[in-house]
Amino acid sequence: MTATLLEVRDLDVYKGPRQLLTGLNLTVTTGSLLQLAGGNGVGKTSLLRAFAGLARIEVFGHLSRCDDVLYSGHAPALKGTMSPRQNLRTHPAGLCSPSDSELDKALAALNMTGYEDALTARLSAGQQRRVALARLFLPSARLWLLDEPFTALDVAGVRVLENRFREHADDGGAVIFTSHQKADLGERLEVLDLESYRGP
Amino acid sequence: MAPERADASLAHYCIRQTGRHLLLLVRSPGEIVNPLLFFLLVIILFPLGLGPDPEMLSALAPGIVWVVALLANVMLCMRLFADDFADGSLEQLAMANIPLAVAVLPQLLASWLASGFLLSLVSPLFGLMLGLPLSVAPILMASLLMGTLIMLLLGAVGAALTVGIQRGGMLLSLLILPLYVPVLIVGTRSLTEAVGGGDPAVALALLGAGVTGGLVLSPVAIAAGLRVSLEL
Repeated sequence: MTATLLEVRDLDVYKGPRQLLTGLNLTVTTGSLLQLAGGNGVGKTSLLRAFAGLARIEVFGHLSRCDDVLYSGHAPALKGTMSPRQNLRTHPAGLCSPSDSELDKALAALNMTGYEDALTARLSAGQQRRVALARLFLPSARLWLLDEPFTALDVAGVRVLENRFREHADDGGAVIFTSHQKADLGERLEVLDLESYRGP
Repeated sequence: MAPERADASLAHYCIRQTGRHLLLLVRSPGEIVNPLLFFLLVIILFPLGLGPDPEMLSALAPGIVWVVALLANVMLCMRLFADDFADGSLEQLAMANIPLAVAVLPQLLASWLASGFLLSLVSPLFGLMLGLPLSVAPILMASLLMGTLIMLLLGAVGAALTVGIQRGGMLLSLLILPLYVPVLIVGTRSLTEAVGGGDPAVALALLGAGVTGGLVLSPVAIAAGLRVSLEL
């Protein structure tokens, strides 16, 4: 059974006085993997933030989505003075706190075993990215909105994440992400090129 | 998420977030110590500048204590949401499935515990240094407890509105200082009444009313301000 998680009709997205996107139509159902593509400045992040509800007043048109959303932006929301474990356990968007075993499993899935209690500030950029992405390996929302999730990840990390995307889609979730790379997600991946919706 | 966990999770969420902010404050102790140190330094400097006459000092003490508490609060408000805004924690807070007005309360509580609450606890010591009689200590503590909370709630509204602006400190001061004036007047009044042998109850009651009103209204304004800042 497929359910609609996000529906967009005739959407215009503005950033300040400039119209970025016009006339966007889109339906995302359970099991979808959608990549937002397009050049720098075309409006990928703005659109994703609009989907997340963080750009309420700049969006015109019909936009409805389910309440069960995980958003991950450019800024990882990690505190350098806390450990990865503390960061994830007290994440500001998490209404339910993950258990210790869930946390360890999530960090292990991203090959971060041994760094659970290190200071996050001491980790490399790629490792910090992995900590931020560990939220995807915890019990989480159905619709994921991810802004450049592959940034700073090594090849193995990208593989792990792609597998997780597929698994999530199989479990009745959906993923919308922005990326400049071609993600290896098989024929399930839909690519939405925002260049064709560029505003005047 | 199982529905029966929803109610319990809101309380747990608030406790967890308060713990998060307290831990962050403990991990960077400067944030806690700086306002207290500022308070201490100014209070030490006043007798040096004004002369050690106890009569004059104790007459000026209520005003001095309150002005310094106010300035320490402005310093705190300038940094209040800055880190969380920069590292993305604020937008994640807005993504939590509860009203933002509720979600900001843990941070306000943690910030107040680490600033106004601590300041009130040590304020009798500062009062003594300015020649305030020890009998005034309960009034001093009570008025500062309530006054710092009101000022934090008011200042947080300004901080929420200006957090997205580069170097918004000046604008923040302009926005919130006029709002602080009534608190300053009423707070000082409670102390001068107590020192002069009058009845500080009216001033304290006004402060209490301010706390109640602030707790009800300001979270909504803070949430609206944060939304505006996040949308920029």
